[in-house]
Amino acid sequence: MQFLDRLVFIFLVLGSWLSHGNTIEVCPSCPVSSVKQGVSLASPYDTLLIKKGTYKEFDIRVDKPLTLLGEGYPVIDGEDQGEIITIVSDDVTVDGLFIINVGTSYTRDYAAIRVIKSKNFKIQHVVLEKLFFGIYLEKATDGIVYHNKIIGDAVEEFNSGNGIQLWYCKNIKVEQNNVQRVRDGIYLEFSDEVEIKNNISINNVRYGLHFMFSNNDSYEKNTFENNGAGVAVMFSKHIKMKDNIFRKNWGTASFGLLLKEINDADIINNVFEENTVGISIEGSNRIKYHRNDFANNGWALKVRGACYGNSFEGNNFMYNSFDVSYNSKLNDNEFKGNFWSSYTGYDLDRNGIGDVPYRPVKLFSYIVNRTPETIVLLRSLFMDIIDFSEKVSPVFTPDNLMDSSPLMKKVQ
Amino acid sequence: MIKILKYSFYDLMRSRWSYVYFIFYLLLGFVLLFLNNDVSKAVITLMNVIIVLVPLIGTIFGVMYYYNSREFTELLLAQPIKRSSIFLGQYLGVAFSLTLSLVLGLGIPFVLYGLFGSNVIWDFSLLLVTGAFLTLIFTALAFNIAISNENKIKGFGYAVLLWLFLAVIYDGLFLMSLIILEDYPLDTFSLVASMLNPIDLSRTLILLKLDISALLGYTGAVFKKFFGTDFGLFVSIAILLLWTILPIFRLAYKANRKDF
Repeated sequence: MQFLDRLVFIFLVLGSWLSHGNTIEVCPSCPVSSVKQGVSLASPYDTLLIKKGTYKEFDIRVDKPLTLLGEGYPVIDGEDQGEIITIVSDDVTVDGLFIINVGTSYTRDYAAIRVIKSKNFKIQHVVLEKLFFGIYLEKATDGIVYHNKIIGDAVEEFNSGNGIQLWYCKNIKVEQNNVQRVRDGIYLEFSDEVEIKNNISINNVRYGLHFMFSNNDSYEKNTFENNGAGVAVMFSKHIKMKDNIFRKNWGTASFGLLLKEINDADIINNVFEENTVGISIEGSNRIKYHRNDFANNGWALKVRGACYGNSFEGNNFMYNSFDVSYNSKLNDNEFKGNFWSSYTGYDLDRNGIGDVPYRPVKLFSYIVNRTPETIVLLRSLFMDIIDFSEKVSPVFTPDNLMDSSPLMKKVQ
Repeated sequence: MIKILKYSFYDLMRSRWSYVYFIFYLLLGFVLLFLNNDVSKAVITLMNVIIVLVPLIGTIFGVMYYYNSREFTELLLAQPIKRSSIFLGQYLGVAFSLTLSLVLGLGIPFVLYGLFGSNVIWDFSLLLVTGAFLTLIFTALAFNIAISNENKIKGFGYAVLLWLFLAVIYDGLFLMSLIILEDYPLDTFSLVASMLNPIDLSRTLILLKLDISALLGYTGAVFKKFFGTDFGLFVSIAILLLWTILPIFRLAYKANRKDF
């Protein structure tokens, strides 16, 4: 009996191994002329080689481990009917397809490619255009989303979807994708251990990258430019943010990076350039802000209360209208060894550290926080005068909020 | 009047101070552009200079010119010339020469650095227009002060006080009232308050045209909605004109009744 079991097992393994190499060609003039037909004919671990051409299909359900390989970027046109590819099996690879015209719905989130409860999937070299949702990962684990190009035509938030969305996912790599003009470039909700690297997310209607209730994730070397509001990281723990560029998120309600209820994160070596607000911080604790560059922002840092135990070290603050804005008199955050372009102190002992502490909160930014309407006095002579007098003898701004060792030269 | 205007104008054109003023702006323009090499950024810095310095120079120069040319004025008064044309001629001579120094002094460097090729040409023209208006307004106010005060020291004192009030103290009062009334909706109030003072009005007009207006947030949006429309621009130009015309009328009125 045991022997028979083994025999069956060996046959099974052999069978799957043999079938692994099978390739089914799909082309408009082949016997198999549609992707759907190809999927239904294929046995597990087959490869569907989709040749160049246009396939008007939607609701393609991949329910066995397959490789969908496009040759010369075949077009799959959903004709705005609904979802295009739905993956419900483990070990599926989608490679080299051009998917357009995903249906828009106000009751269902149609996606170009949706992965449901699968493992070990790989979505790469895919181009998506005219989409609602792009790549939607739902309770999926251990997958890779690599080198895809997602170009939407979103104008408003309510009738557009996200480029890459992760919902209850774990251990996913999102790398080298280019996402433009969708609602949120990349959106994570309840997703842990996700690595987001080398992506470019620009011109999106809402956020370039958006975290919600996601822990232990990291994003590195991404570029976020000209998005409706930049990057939002909310209600998450242990997020690592390194070497990213946040640029030109400019507008009345824009920011480079929004932190809301974030604990124990690292923000290291990022560049914040020409944003209305570089980082807007709310209720975030024990965060390390090290070696970041803040240049030409309206506000470099806008701290909005309930932020404790943060450390700001070795950052460059250059030519921002306001370096730091703070709305409480209590300060439990540490500023140390930063470079401030508006520092006017001296360094007599020539050790590279200024001898007088620098106070980054101007009186004007304190007043604006209290009464936002006073911002209309921006750049008036009166404000410069009272800022100067506050600098000489601080009365209103928290007196322990200062950089006691400001650098004389920019951190390289 | 045209003759006196011409005379005052040429007199000032030949005087050292116009050149100093002209060369100051010329240098300022070149230095700014040399350091920045970015026409749009230079416009922002220039705005700070214009809204502070132009009124100050207009005020001081106006008062100084009036007191200095007093003997010549008395000589003219003995001639059969209408009084209002004597004073208006002098006023316009001063105001035009100052405006010319400003426009040429700033215009030349910016044109040389490729203003026409850049997209800030409208912002820059707005800057020059408001600068010109500020010159006209503050010179007129200065003439008013000078004609009402025989005492030179008093006249200078009032002139500087006037500048101080409009450039600094007004904003202080504005700020205080905003803070005191912070429980009330303040958008209309701040809109009106910033329109009443020519310096604030110029600042707001220019700021809203620049990128930096995004910093103004919600209040800025309200402002933009008003100033961004043709109606808003029309109203602000009208207010600047009013600020120019009213002091001129008072000048003419005072000149006719003054006992020399």
